[in-house]
Amino acid sequence: MTEPSRKKIGVEVSIAVSEAVKQCDVDVVSAYPITPQTHIVEHLAELVAQGELDAEFVPVESEHSAMSVCAGSVAAGARTFTSTASQGLALMAEIVYCVSAMRLPIVMVVANRSLSSPLSIWNDHSDAMMVRDSGWIQVFVENGQESYDHIFWCFRVAEDEKSLHPVMLNMDGFILTHTIEPIEYWEDEMVKKYLPPFQPKFRLHPEHPLTMGAFGPPEIFTECKKAQDQALIATMPVIEKAWEEMEKICGRKYSAVETYRAEDAKTLLVTMGSFSETARVAIDEMRETGEEIGLVSLRLWRPFPFEKFRNAVKNAENLIVIDRAMVFGGPGGPVASEIRSALYSGKKRPRIVNFIAGLAGRDVQPDDFYQMVQHAKTKIKDGTEDEYEIYGVRE
Amino acid sequence: MINLDLYAPLMLPKEELFTSGHRACQGCAEALAVRIVCKALGRNSIVAMATGCMEIVSSPLPTTAWQIPWIHVAFENAAAVASGVESGLKALMRKGRLPHKKITIAGMAGDGGTADIGLQALSGAMERGHDMIFVCYDNEAYMNTGIQRSSATPFGASTTTSPAGKVKAGQETWKKNMPEIMAAHGIPYVATACSAYPIDLYEKVKRAALVKGPAYVHCLSVCPTGWRIPSGDAIRYGRLAVETAAFPLYEVIDGKYQLTFDSPKLKPITDYFKGQGRFRHLTPEAVARIQERITRDYEKLRAKCENVNK
Repeated sequence: MTEPSRKKIGVEVSIAVSEAVKQCDVDVVSAYPITPQTHIVEHLAELVAQGELDAEFVPVESEHSAMSVCAGSVAAGARTFTSTASQGLALMAEIVYCVSAMRLPIVMVVANRSLSSPLSIWNDHSDAMMVRDSGWIQVFVENGQESYDHIFWCFRVAEDEKSLHPVMLNMDGFILTHTIEPIEYWEDEMVKKYLPPFQPKFRLHPEHPLTMGAFGPPEIFTECKKAQDQALIATMPVIEKAWEEMEKICGRKYSAVETYRAEDAKTLLVTMGSFSETARVAIDEMRETGEEIGLVSLRLWRPFPFEKFRNAVKNAENLIVIDRAMVFGGPGGPVASEIRSALYSGKKRPRIVNFIAGLAGRDVQPDDFYQMVQHAKTKIKDGTEDEYEIYGVRE
Repeated sequence: MINLDLYAPLMLPKEELFTSGHRACQGCAEALAVRIVCKALGRNSIVAMATGCMEIVSSPLPTTAWQIPWIHVAFENAAAVASGVESGLKALMRKGRLPHKKITIAGMAGDGGTADIGLQALSGAMERGHDMIFVCYDNEAYMNTGIQRSSATPFGASTTTSPAGKVKAGQETWKKNMPEIMAAHGIPYVATACSAYPIDLYEKVKRAALVKGPAYVHCLSVCPTGWRIPSGDAIRYGRLAVETAAFPLYEVIDGKYQLTFDSPKLKPITDYFKGQGRFRHLTPEAVARIQERITRDYEKLRAKCENVNK
């Protein structure tokens, strides 16, 4: 095991993320400004302007073109990065679907922000949930260090010959992007060791002409989609291996599903993104009062880690799933729905209580988790746990 | 001299980079345009194409008509994809990850993918100054989806979404002037062309490829299916479009205009309209109005050109 570097510096997470992109020596960055993604691309533009990063910075006229430029450059064999949020992700959504089906390994940071209307620049997961089924590998990170570390992970997972999938890193807008945190940077040597150069088997080049993005008549379309589904599921070993290798390089251990004080807990909170860090604080406080409670933090959203998740909750009687996005007229939040599906076929099924909280940046503090846990108990007692609830609405 | 015209196309390179076996309609002058453009681009090229007739007919899985690298992503983004390919190759060559080599990058789209849904991405790519060519194959409507009007459909033409009826006489707006819009971007090369003039089209694409920076070629591509003409008449109508100045041929090189086809006496627009199903409903008054506008536009264009007697 390599001796991890211990030097930590206080830095805004957006800046740390762009420094990681620089350390990956990307060839092309294409982006369109949108809050709260701006600090990431501004810093990358600065690094290019100062000659610290040798890349083409393509300042496009829309997010739709940002993703389209990325498609072209990665098809030409260039390591490619973009970042967006909210309305920007909505505008580029058409191309988000195209590039995964075309197996173009783009890395994108989504600085998660709510979707209009009403217009809001603040954080929730409605943007990411809109492209849930786009065929990308999707992760949610909890804090600044994790955001920084996962840039290397994203490129490694995306470009691996056994993967060749675009990867979306979801980090909560403002809550993470605009926070100054102590971050432990990797030495360039560590990056070199962890992330091999991008050497695509297929690329647009006159020396070996090929046709990319052909038209799929009905005789072949279904087969294409099955192959795509299988290919995404088959990235799981690449994903796991990239986390294992990361631990060897920097000493930090990550996995698809993480648990905290969950072993003997009858009740488990289930969260994704920066919620998880606050939830840990809440759990420590609740444990002190004798509450048998733990946490399951879902890091990998696609491909969904079914086996790991089922295993993490196998002894729990109650799951309190806290979503950060709406599913209008639907069965509850997107994460809760997913989890119900994942557990439905099991012999022993926990009760699932679903809260939707923290929309458009509304603060969710440790006490709010406590309130939700207490409220969940009442709902279970009343037998109303199947009805989802939007937490903290002023009525 | 007429005979020379007939034999000149034989001087084009023999190698086909857009091969036969594609599924274009009989008599499609757009497929002909793509074929000639590819001959001019040559083997060291990469094409990014928009969704549309040419994309659909040339790439049904698992077949392809393309002998050069080709990518299609969506309808409105051919220019953005092409600019991405250009940026990627530029970075890789500069960083020593690919050997230095002149590779021509071409974006291609129909009139819808250029003048309507693709206009923003095209404007962005041209403004950013990528070293690329963009070719618009203009058949004056959304032919792939069934002859719906676009902003490039000429005034008076009947399409499935601008049908001629009892109270309406087809398209009620004038054709959007895409070459002028491109020239207004201040790019080094803009040209109009038509596959009924193959040598002219070939030479213009060659010139566009040699330009450092963005170049735009707007190619009128007659569509027998959509224009409702016999499939053997595409070339004749392409010529008539130019000879009547319904579609004048010219170049704008570094801001300087020059006509590449000038006739001392233009043919009347009726010669062009006659036999086209899309114009058959037009009254003499409507035709006179169109003639007036075409004459005026042509005079305005001639006034800008430096190579004509004024």
